[in-house]
Amino acid sequence: MDVMPKWADVVLIPLISIFLAAILSALVILAIGENPWEALKLMVQGALGSTYGWGYTLYYATNFIFTGLAVAIAFHARMFNIGGEGQALLGGLGVAIICLYIPWPHWSLALLGAAIGAAIFGAAWAAIPAFLQAKRGSHIVITTIMFNFIAAALLNYFLIGALKVPGSMEPASAKFPEATHLPSFQDMFSFGESTLFRGAPANITFFVALAACFGLWALIWRTRLGYEIRAFGHSESAAKYAGISPTKIIMVAMLISGALAGMMAINNVQGEAERLVLNAVEGAGFIGIAVALMGRSHPFGVFLAALLFGFLYQGGAELALWTSIPRELIIVIQALVILFTGALDNMVRMPLERLFLSMRRARK
Amino acid sequence: MDFATLLQMLDATMRLATPLLLACLAGLYSERAGIFDIGLEGKMLAAAFLSAAIASVTGNVWVGLLAGIGASMALSVVHGLASITFRGNQLISGVAINFLAAGLTVVVAQSWFRQGGRTPQLTDGGRFEPITLPFAEALRDVPVIGPIYYELISGHTPLVYVAILMVPLTWWILYRTRFGLRLRAVGENPAAVDTAGVSVIYLRYVAVAICGVLCGIAGAYLATALQAGFVKDMSAGRGFIALAALIFAKWRPWYALYACLLFGFLQAMSLRPDVIEGVLNFKVNGQFLDVLPYILTVVILAGFVGKAIPPRAGGEPYVKER
Repeated sequence: MDVMPKWADVVLIPLISIFLAAILSALVILAIGENPWEALKLMVQGALGSTYGWGYTLYYATNFIFTGLAVAIAFHARMFNIGGEGQALLGGLGVAIICLYIPWPHWSLALLGAAIGAAIFGAAWAAIPAFLQAKRGSHIVITTIMFNFIAAALLNYFLIGALKVPGSMEPASAKFPEATHLPSFQDMFSFGESTLFRGAPANITFFVALAACFGLWALIWRTRLGYEIRAFGHSESAAKYAGISPTKIIMVAMLISGALAGMMAINNVQGEAERLVLNAVEGAGFIGIAVALMGRSHPFGVFLAALLFGFLYQGGAELALWTSIPRELIIVIQALVILFTGALDNMVRMPLERLFLSMRRARK
Repeated sequence: MDFATLLQMLDATMRLATPLLLACLAGLYSERAGIFDIGLEGKMLAAAFLSAAIASVTGNVWVGLLAGIGASMALSVVHGLASITFRGNQLISGVAINFLAAGLTVVVAQSWFRQGGRTPQLTDGGRFEPITLPFAEALRDVPVIGPIYYELISGHTPLVYVAILMVPLTWWILYRTRFGLRLRAVGENPAAVDTAGVSVIYLRYVAVAICGVLCGIAGAYLATALQAGFVKDMSAGRGFIALAALIFAKWRPWYALYACLLFGFLQAMSLRPDVIEGVLNFKVNGQFLDVLPYILTVVILAGFVGKAIPPRAGGEPYVKER
């Protein structure tokens, strides 16, 4: 029997954790001589006060949904994919190759092609660590860390080599052709006189991300494969006894994870930059860890957590613009969220469990 | 390549291998006790910042070193609480520590010094100065041995010698003392140590604390000896290269020295592309040299060249009874 009711586990603990992270962040802001309340108001105003702000918030959230789902599916198989960053970088390479070298007639076909390319490149980058884990027992955390660095160097190599525009000094690919331009929220939601989301990078990929959330939910809880992945995550020995092949589950879970991380590239590379630049991912792969932990590895939770981090990201950029608080404050908040929801989970959980236990005893 | 250039390269290797070696030995204590630590990078970064900040304010590098160790220790305490007391996931805790350091150092540096997230340039007294070993000047003109002694062995900052001396010391502690035996045992089979009446919790906290001290020295070396001041993200993945070296060395102190020297040599080579081109007669991509440590580690981890087996109880929190 569970000590705590389910709602406490799913809702209360994450809320308390984020509350603790918020208090500590407020203390940091106080310590550097700024007003936390003013900072929060500025963040809300900047991220949610206009369709422009929303356009950025949802753009960032789209990135984090993909990387968050990538970490979440790996968590279900009890694996820690810390390599989302590298897989998303490789996804960007896939998108760039598909967009630059194939003459697409229409953006919808280009989106499909780029999504497949991004997924294949991302999955391929996850495949080697997954194989080494499944077959040779090399710890996946260490190999995926190493692969992040190798991916960054590889992208660097392509961007100052094969993909660079001849004659240009900048390490970036050429601009993608006009036909691959994805409709932005401004294109989609502006009617007649009123222009909404002017200049914001949110684009149709947001809906692809929502579809990915739903798809992953269906996969995990409505298919045999999802059941096998969860069973393996709960107990490897029991899963083996039930005839589930560990090699298969590790490979499949990591391939899906890498594909999802890679698909982030259709948002930031094809949707926003429309060319491949250095360090296009900007840490979104790591934020996926915080998002998956906060969302309790459930696609809907990941969606909510990604929205929160999208808000923090856009709000943080506004803070850096109007106050002397640097953007790196967001990294601190991200670290605190990972710390409280991930590593110090028991610190919140143990007292709560005791509380619920004593409440139940009192009732009897 | 002439003899002088070779000496220069090896000299650079020594300087670049030192932070790797200190961080690698730090990880060795922690992981041998069964606590995985991927937060080496963050601890180094925090130590680099605070040591540079305090050294520039006080003008005394030794006070800076102490402050750096303090910063690293504070993060070690967080890691210890998360992974020993609250039995959390050690890998996630390490990730959190890396980000905490990456963010906090810049936020605090910006509000403290207002120089775009860096500390002021350290001047004399705020930096570790090279020390000339005895007879270095006198022996300088002796052929072969003289330049080797003068250029390569003498003339480093004190922390370089500290790092080198830590290798035999670590070997001795690990394999010749009672504490070392228990430390290794607690990473392999904590239940046995517990049965023998030795506290698992205490041993693991001590290991994490030693790790904090060594990471602190490594970080202080970066900011006050290798360079003159803190800049954003100055650890630049060294914590992860140290982790790679630790796996490469299969968690053994002497091999850690060799692995760190090898990786330090690769870093020194990527700083001197002209030399490599002169020797090999073709251009070697600098990026390739930078990632070679990671590639080598993956190959080692894959077990194609001798298998690397981590301490058995590594990564698992110890639960006394269920």
